[in-house]
Amino acid sequence: MKSLAELKAIREKMQNQVGLRAEDHNHTRVVVGMATCGIAAGARPVLTKLSQEVQERGLTDKVAVTQTGCIGLCQFEPIVEVMVPGEPKVTYIRMDAEKAVEVVNRHLIGGHVVEEYTLSSTDMK
Amino acid sequence: MYRSHVLVCGGTGCTSSGSPQIIERLNDEIVKQGLQDEVAVIQTGCHGLCALGPIMIVYPDASFYSMVKVEDIPEIVSEHLLKGRVVTRLLYDETVTSGGVKALIDTDFYKKQHRVALRNCGVINPEVIDEYIGTGGYEALGKVLTEMTPDDVIQILLDSGLRGRGGGGFPTGLKWKLAKQNDADQKYVCCNADEGDPGAFMDRSVLEGDPHVVLEAMAIAGYAIGANQGYIYVRAEYPIAVDRLKIAIEQAREYNLLGKDIFGTGFDFDIDLRLGAGAFVCGEETALMTSIEGKRGEPRPRPPFPAQKGLFGKPTILNNVETYANIPQIILNGAEWFASMGTEKSKGTKVFALGGKIHNTGLVEIPMGTTLREVIEEIGGGIPNGKKFKAAQTGGPSGGCIPAEHFDIPIDYDNLISIGSMMGSGGLIVMDEDDCMVDIAKFFLEFTVEESCGKCTPCRVGTRRMLEILTKITKGQATMEDLDKLEELCYYIKNNSLCGLGQTAPNPVLSTLRYFRDEYEAHIKEKRCPAGVCKSLLSYVIDRDKCRGCTLCARNCPAGAIIGSVKNPHIIDAEKCVKCGACMEKCKFGAIVKK
Repeated sequence: MKSLAELKAIREKMQNQVGLRAEDHNHTRVVVGMATCGIAAGARPVLTKLSQEVQERGLTDKVAVTQTGCIGLCQFEPIVEVMVPGEPKVTYIRMDAEKAVEVVNRHLIGGHVVEEYTLSSTDMK
Repeated sequence: MYRSHVLVCGGTGCTSSGSPQIIERLNDEIVKQGLQDEVAVIQTGCHGLCALGPIMIVYPDASFYSMVKVEDIPEIVSEHLLKGRVVTRLLYDETVTSGGVKALIDTDFYKKQHRVALRNCGVINPEVIDEYIGTGGYEALGKVLTEMTPDDVIQILLDSGLRGRGGGGFPTGLKWKLAKQNDADQKYVCCNADEGDPGAFMDRSVLEGDPHVVLEAMAIAGYAIGANQGYIYVRAEYPIAVDRLKIAIEQAREYNLLGKDIFGTGFDFDIDLRLGAGAFVCGEETALMTSIEGKRGEPRPRPPFPAQKGLFGKPTILNNVETYANIPQIILNGAEWFASMGTEKSKGTKVFALGGKIHNTGLVEIPMGTTLREVIEEIGGGIPNGKKFKAAQTGGPSGGCIPAEHFDIPIDYDNLISIGSMMGSGGLIVMDEDDCMVDIAKFFLEFTVEESCGKCTPCRVGTRRMLEILTKITKGQATMEDLDKLEELCYYIKNNSLCGLGQTAPNPVLSTLRYFRDEYEAHIKEKRCPAGVCKSLLSYVIDRDKCRGCTLCARNCPAGAIIGSVKNPHIIDAEKCVKCGACMEKCKFGAIVKK
């Protein structure tokens, strides 16, 4: 290593990964349903994609991606819930990896709920 | 890229309670469940809560598992890591509330702590330099080399008010300034990692959990005083610390963060390890340097001070591990940030190793000025079994006892000295009503007698005479004249010893005499140990009215000292009794009393 720029490059690469270990009450929580029903419906690639995107885009200081169990809407799995502190919970349904990237871009970064994937967009009575 | 990091403590405490086996099993189970590309297992340094080891934290949700057993691992992997269902029954119980799981930073143990020196301990993998860099590591060195003059560096330390964390409390900036002023063809930067106070292990934890912070700070010191060689003197009894330091030095050299022309600035600096054999006196600065030179570790008179003539006769600075661990943060955050913590004359934080009669044995870092009450009752969780606090011992064999009357004193260098103790390296041993203060003083004197290097007479002979008198007192054979003699000897040894070891050796006696003179007098005049510790002054007696003659005590007596037949009251033969107390523990009727 010959320069500060090189040091900075390593720092940037690493800090989002180490940032995963931060503890903060103000984190936005992104929760993926990983019960048997979720896993069977394909929740794992959704979870890994979300986690990867959040780290790559340097969001680990604001966003924590975790799993949860079955919330009882097995027919809508894979389900992803986004909980921004102080805002109502948003529930995304029938997710896949591509939709997950869209949620990261539009919701977590852009601040706009991706209405077409949410539970309220279905005609569930 | 992993979605979850499982941090397992690899400090000495958790290693001895089995964390390597936990890591092995974790890795096996993770592969079994096909999670190896999603979950990373990371071995870290100490989290501080050593009493509850092995400790494991799962991120990003920060679930804190304590006392983890190998057989719990499959459940944690399949439930928590795969399905996200936290195994609540295995969590640290302080984090479990009726309303759900509480964040670790909100528990009593952590909420009053402020981690500066221990910032990375338990958070990063100490064997991976990139993780240290990821938390801002080596940025302070970069800043110093490219933006600051050596005088700037020294000024920032002076302004910060940082004082030596090894115990003396000498201002670090001043130490560096003196060494810089002395011109020489060669200067040295040394790190004192010869942590020897019984019960203190903060330096070990920093070296095990965040070794690069010490390397970085030493390189900064080298730049400030004009040295290009550093030595870390670490005791060989710290094998994990030694290994991690070796790895860290190797990685820093690979990245050219140690070596020639660091960051292309023309500054050269390298560090070598020197292992000590564990002699307490080698924690004294002149003895330490003599030992690095390859000679027998004995102190020499000062002046000349190390800043003038130190290692190999060249200007040298010697700082303690914890002192160094503060420095990169001071450079990055500024002197004002550091000076905003603490009391008027003691800035920043201090790490304490809590031990003795306290719930949360372990390592805590608190802002200077926190009271003893907060440390013991809140962070430490109080004294077990509803016993009463008697005293806290700080500063190890060089320090003294703080009695209950000073429970609310803000802890800093000057306050502790004013009440006859000292900060020392930060050991804090809590004693309750069952501890005999004469016995404690005797314990520390036994240690100093053993560790006295023998070079000067006051320490070599004087401490031995003190121990003899203390032994007489605990056996009930001493007179009041002996007590006067003991006190006189204390001052004599204090004033005439060559180095810190002898000069401070009488402190445990002096401070217990100051606050607990009545206990000494009870031993001498009444031939009685009020706490019931000193065996020679104890006797166990069976209460005839309470004894049912069940024979349980007689069957458990290792000395065959209890006589009596079934259903008849028993008697203890005082001649044969070894005063182990086994009978009293076994008796179901409370018929045996200690007098």
